[in-house]
Amino acid sequence: MSTLEVKVWRGGEEGEFQRFEVPRLESQTVLDVVTHIQRHLDPTLSYRFACRVGMCGSCAMVVNGRARWTCRTHVADVTDGDSLEIAPLKNLPVIKDLVTDMRDFFDKWAAAQGQFHPTTTRKDDFARVEPESPERQQVDAGIECIGCGVCYSSCDVVSWNPEYLGPAAMNRAWTLLNDVRDGANEERLAAVAGDAGCHACHTHMTCTERCPKQISPTAAIAGLKRAALKAALKGKL
Amino acid sequence: MSTRSQVYLWAAQRLSAMVLALCVVVHLITLIYAVRGGLSAAEILGRTQGSAVWAAFYTVFVLAVAIHAPVGLRAILAETFGWRGGLLNITVAAVALLIAVLGLRAVWAVIA
Ligand code: FES
Repeated sequence: MSTLEVKVWRGGEEGEFQRFEVPRLESQTVLDVVTHIQRHLDPTLSYRFACRVGMCGSCAMVVNGRARWTCRTHVADVTDGDSLEIAPLKNLPVIKDLVTDMRDFFDKWAAAQGQFHPTTTRKDDFARVEPESPERQQVDAGIECIGCGVCYSSCDVVSWNPEYLGPAAMNRAWTLLNDVRDGANEERLAAVAGDAGCHACHTHMTCTERCPKQISPTAAIAGLKRAALKAALKGKL
Repeated sequence: MSTRSQVYLWAAQRLSAMVLALCVVVHLITLIYAVRGGLSAAEILGRTQGSAVWAAFYTVFVLAVAIHAPVGLRAILAETFGWRGGLLNITVAAVALLIAVLGLRAVWAVIA
């Protein structure tokens, strides 16, 4: 049985990579590797996971330089030889080892007006939204986000401007902007426009390239740019 | 700076980029045409002096640069050095003015 040379980040913001040797198995995922280290080599290693099947979004880490879901990444797909480097997500404070503090990430969802603002009550009939309507199609394109933070970790603009809302929060804002049942679009556009919002996006598209759900936050952000400009021209911003 | 102004700055940069794309193409074609038989000041001035068309073209060109470059510079300074707020805006406004003045002076020099 061959072995994998694994370098794992240990510590908080300050720290260093620690080397481990892990048995190489067939169909092994990166999460399997991390779990092996914690169960058999060093129980003090901290990391997050829950579902192991790409549903919860808690297992994202930087593997060989790229943010990915570790549970859905096969070792064979990310290493040519027998070495792996596993680090916590970028652009977020490291709590310990592979665990980051996701507060900024989720606070920005709230700041981008990522909450649904209903326009009806439970006494009203339910809304009928045509599946084929352009708005619903836009929502469909972005709604599957599970908030793993891979895009946020990969975004250059976040690393240059800590106030930047980031791809996931704006993708969320865009799905709500296209939700015909929502009634807070003016506030939402005001929240996502300008230097810390959609207009700061450089269209590098790293978020779109790295998103494990094949969502395009870049397209959502472009939509927000246009919508905000329209609102500004109408004096509604 | 208000959010609305930030959005307008973005729009101004997009629009000026479109104008510049056109201006640069025309400028480059003219350049290649102009140097065919060697470059002389007399030849250039012969083409530009008193020409309302070239005056208008290069005035638009200069103004588009004076809008486009400082808005981009503002983002670069903010992202690279963490500059924010009033001083940043005054600095890039000064750069815009400088580009406009120097550029228009150059246009005037070949047109008048
Ligand atoms: S553990 Fe749930 S997405 Fe990876």
